[in-house]
Amino acid sequence: MKRVFNPKENYQSSKQDIGYVNRKDATQADYDRIGFMSGLEVHQQLLTKRKLFCNCPAGLFHEHNDYDAEVIRHMRPTLSELGEYDGTALMEFRTRKEIVYRLKHATTCTYEVDDTPPFPIDRLALEEAIEISLLSKLNIVGEVHITRKQYLDGSIPTGFQRTAIIGVEGKIELKNKTVRLIQLSIEEDSCREISDIGHIRTYKTDRLGMPLIETVTYPDFVNPDEVKEGCDYIRFLNRSTGKVRTGMGAGRQDVNVSCKGGSRVEIKGVAHTKWIPELSHNEAFRQWALLRVRELLKENVKDQENWKIEHLRMSASDFKGNPNFDGIFEDNHQVIAVRLPHFYKILSHFVQPGKVFANELSERLKVIACLDQPNMTHSEDLNPILSEEEIQGIFTKLKANKDDAFVIFDAPEDDIKTALETIEERCKMAFEGIPEETRKSFEDGSTIFERVLPGADRMYPDTDSAPIPLSADYIEGLRDQMPNDIIDRYNQMQEWGIAKDTYTYIFSKNLYPVLTKIVEDLKFSPKEIGNFLGHKLKFIEGHYTSADEFDYNNIFDLFDFIKTKGLDIEIAQSILIEFYQHPKMDFESILESINFKELEHDNIISQISFLKEKYKEVGRKQGAEFEHNWIMGQLHKTSVGNINLSELSNIVKKQN
Amino acid sequence: MDELFQGYKGESLELLKKYNVRVWGTAQVETTRGPFEGTILPRSENDDDQHIVMKIITGYNVGIDIKTVTKMVETGYKKANYAIPQKEFPFTDGLPSVKLFGTGGTIASRLDYRTGAVIPAFSPGELYGAVPELADICNLDTEKVFAVFSENMGPDQYISLAKAIGKEIEKGIDGIVIGHGTDTLHHTAAALTFMVQNSPIPIVLVGSQRSSDRPSSDAALNLMHAMKAAGHSDIAEVMVCMFGPTSDEYGLLHKGTRVRKMHSSYRSTFRTIGDVPLARINRDEIMPIKETYNRRRQDKDVKILPFFEKKVGMLYYWPGMQADALDSLIENGYKGIIIVGTGLGHVNKDLYPAIERAQEKGIPIFMTLQTIWGYVHMFVYDTGRDLMAKGIIPLGNMLPEVAWVKLGWVLGQTQDYDKVKEMMLDPINDEITEREPYNGYLVYQGGIPEVEDFVKNVHK
Repeated sequence: MKRVFNPKENYQSSKQDIGYVNRKDATQADYDRIGFMSGLEVHQQLLTKRKLFCNCPAGLFHEHNDYDAEVIRHMRPTLSELGEYDGTALMEFRTRKEIVYRLKHATTCTYEVDDTPPFPIDRLALEEAIEISLLSKLNIVGEVHITRKQYLDGSIPTGFQRTAIIGVEGKIELKNKTVRLIQLSIEEDSCREISDIGHIRTYKTDRLGMPLIETVTYPDFVNPDEVKEGCDYIRFLNRSTGKVRTGMGAGRQDVNVSCKGGSRVEIKGVAHTKWIPELSHNEAFRQWALLRVRELLKENVKDQENWKIEHLRMSASDFKGNPNFDGIFEDNHQVIAVRLPHFYKILSHFVQPGKVFANELSERLKVIACLDQPNMTHSEDLNPILSEEEIQGIFTKLKANKDDAFVIFDAPEDDIKTALETIEERCKMAFEGIPEETRKSFEDGSTIFERVLPGADRMYPDTDSAPIPLSADYIEGLRDQMPNDIIDRYNQMQEWGIAKDTYTYIFSKNLYPVLTKIVEDLKFSPKEIGNFLGHKLKFIEGHYTSADEFDYNNIFDLFDFIKTKGLDIEIAQSILIEFYQHPKMDFESILESINFKELEHDNIISQISFLKEKYKEVGRKQGAEFEHNWIMGQLHKTSVGNINLSELSNIVKKQN
Repeated sequence: MDELFQGYKGESLELLKKYNVRVWGTAQVETTRGPFEGTILPRSENDDDQHIVMKIITGYNVGIDIKTVTKMVETGYKKANYAIPQKEFPFTDGLPSVKLFGTGGTIASRLDYRTGAVIPAFSPGELYGAVPELADICNLDTEKVFAVFSENMGPDQYISLAKAIGKEIEKGIDGIVIGHGTDTLHHTAAALTFMVQNSPIPIVLVGSQRSSDRPSSDAALNLMHAMKAAGHSDIAEVMVCMFGPTSDEYGLLHKGTRVRKMHSSYRSTFRTIGDVPLARINRDEIMPIKETYNRRRQDKDVKILPFFEKKVGMLYYWPGMQADALDSLIENGYKGIIIVGTGLGHVNKDLYPAIERAQEKGIPIFMTLQTIWGYVHMFVYDTGRDLMAKGIIPLGNMLPEVAWVKLGWVLGQTQDYDKVKEMMLDPINDEITEREPYNGYLVYQGGIPEVEDFVKNVHK
């Protein structure tokens, strides 16, 4: 039998079949059609000197290969408080990973390597977490209970994260809707992964134990842009306290997405909010596609209950002359062919842009069976590495029917069993629908399988720490030092007439406090200052480098100087350019270095008539407008800071 | 009633009763800080009576201040069933038979709401459920001798353990493992060395520094190593089997009379002092370090000597110690005293009169060292000579805890001063050694670049 099948065509037609639309063409109607639903888990590092449960410094990082010692651990699943094993835990145990931790003396003590019980929680971090909880309108708990949340991936050497709920049931006000919050917790940050190859996963412990908060929303978002808006809001709210860390990795979010009839899938560790829309869009459609796969399998596989895979060991002679298989057998790997009964047209079914159902298998083989990619090919590969003859040969060898499909993978002997289980397990999940899982995100908007989604079964009270009571007085005391709401600030800026394109910058850099201080104390126009910060400061920051850490609060001093000195506000930009680059320089010296000369208004105005005469000699184009522009240009340098330029412009015009 | 409101007392108990809400009941709680919903959990007895503990839907626990509660309604009830899944321990032909004695401790444990800490759980089925790899090592039978925390282990427990071991050897077991809390593991190891002599089989004490309710626990690996040592090694000694490095790499077998817990929380807390460990062990092999040890035998000629005199005191010397410190032991009827002295084995002159009084009463006093490492050398300084003249007996490099155990064991057999002295100085199993190997004192300091290099590359 000659197979007539084009995987690429199947990919395209299945994509069309489910009604996939690109994000930029998608409308709310498209999202309503597939029942887009999303919620957020926003992580934010707090600004403290020490780590949450030990006295190691927070915020000190080192390179992958800069380490003083290595420690090895293996993780075993344990029971939750309610006597259940967690699914993720069992999956991780199957992977038989050896976890290597790279330690650096400066950032690691015996606590990080789990050789010492926790020290009392950092009170400053706790206070910051409560303050942010209050801002998020959450119900604050009466007593903080440190809980252990199991992580068997090795990202925390204890095998669990110490975490505690600060508040439950809150809300944030977006421009057009209210989003409900489930909870806010304080927790210790995890290790950073260095590599994950075969059965060895390597981490470093510099970030481990740094205080972090996690704000969790209900799945109230109904389209990808709204998810981003909500995420920005939460991040701005966190920053408005001025007590959180900023910079690479200080804020990260997990995005939970599902479609109608789908499952909760968590996209982990999204570093930038701008990536959220594409990621959540693709995930919703991935689920939508998998539901279509379920439909197809319902038609094709009559007896789903007893469906199982069959496999054969292949030999080097089966792939003679195929360079893709060179060296695999010498490497002590076995090549296994797996028949997937009735899976014709499924492996090449669209799931994400550029990805098909077979990717779901390959990704799980990498994570669960530890087979580094590329780990497999199959009968419907979009970029086939098997010739049509080889495919036919394998079909025959497997005694496969024409509505079957097959997978070929290579693995060391010890991993074959897990690999086969993994393939069968994932295929059977396709009968059910969409497995609940966490997925790793990529900048291009695609995701890959990371692990099974953990549930509430991985929680366990931390028997090493006592509960911390939060009295009413203590909480009220913290309420007094709270900033006002982001939504109120937003409305105020709008009222002041500050340009809208400045808001994101002002919130993300937490410039609102310095803005209001300049406006209130120095009586500058809020619109002028707001636009100055959102446009000029942003420009300067993007084009110049600061010799020392530039503190935005010092911008107040700049305007204070301008006011005291009686200078015109136009000079602020020139001063800031210097000031930004040399934050330790005093303002008088800056004036000197930009060659500013103090001049009386009359002194400048008196030059106008002279310049008018001069223009008659040098002016190439005649006309009032050209003359005016030329004169303003001549006066610009000496005028900035001495006289308001529009005022000057009027004077020039009047002298005609 | 207690069961319904487990751990609650005072005002919090009153509140639960008032609203008819039970522990393990799901409840909706209205408070001045907003509503909370979840399962009411038991409360630790030592915690205050001002809060109620609740597990919310996300699995986290929170405490609710009872002063803020305005209303509570129970909406359901579901008691947690906390049990390690039990599976029958399989029998495999050809594998050695190992008996595991349980004494408590953190080797296998579960949550205890009474104290909020962990309590031991233990049976072959539970162990197999938690560490299935054990079935590849041996055929296992277990017996709970008693369930106490390590700090509650003492002479009575040493005696019952020794007798139980004797019975098992009589029955022809291939090896014995004793699960034990780590705090006094080395005391028990020493006691069993004296009470169980000439054993034909390995007797292995094992514990864990991280309780088995955490994923990174050392319990599973320690158990595997201990079973391996008990079932497969030819080292017929009483020994302690615990982590060598902190990494999950290999365990060390330490002789019961030379081992000491040296860190309050580190995994690799047990160290052989003044000698090298017996062997290194992993799941596949046992690699001897020490060349001489008692080999496994086929006979059953074990000697069980289950004796102990509890009136034995130990005095840790402090500078400026007054005679009354020692007198109080003498006056309270202590029959033997171990002094832990400074340097080479010294105490101050103020103690001399008390030492003389002890001598008059025929109470033997022995000298051991605060330095832990090294020998008592009382001939080097005058003080030492004075002390010996007054009857203080130096114990060589016997560890202080071992000396205390041995003195109790000896006094349990005889109160004759000379006999006691003779027995104390006659080593039974290396509690005093003639030679201290130069590589026995492997401490971190004194080779810093080399040791740093070593921890970097050798996963310690």
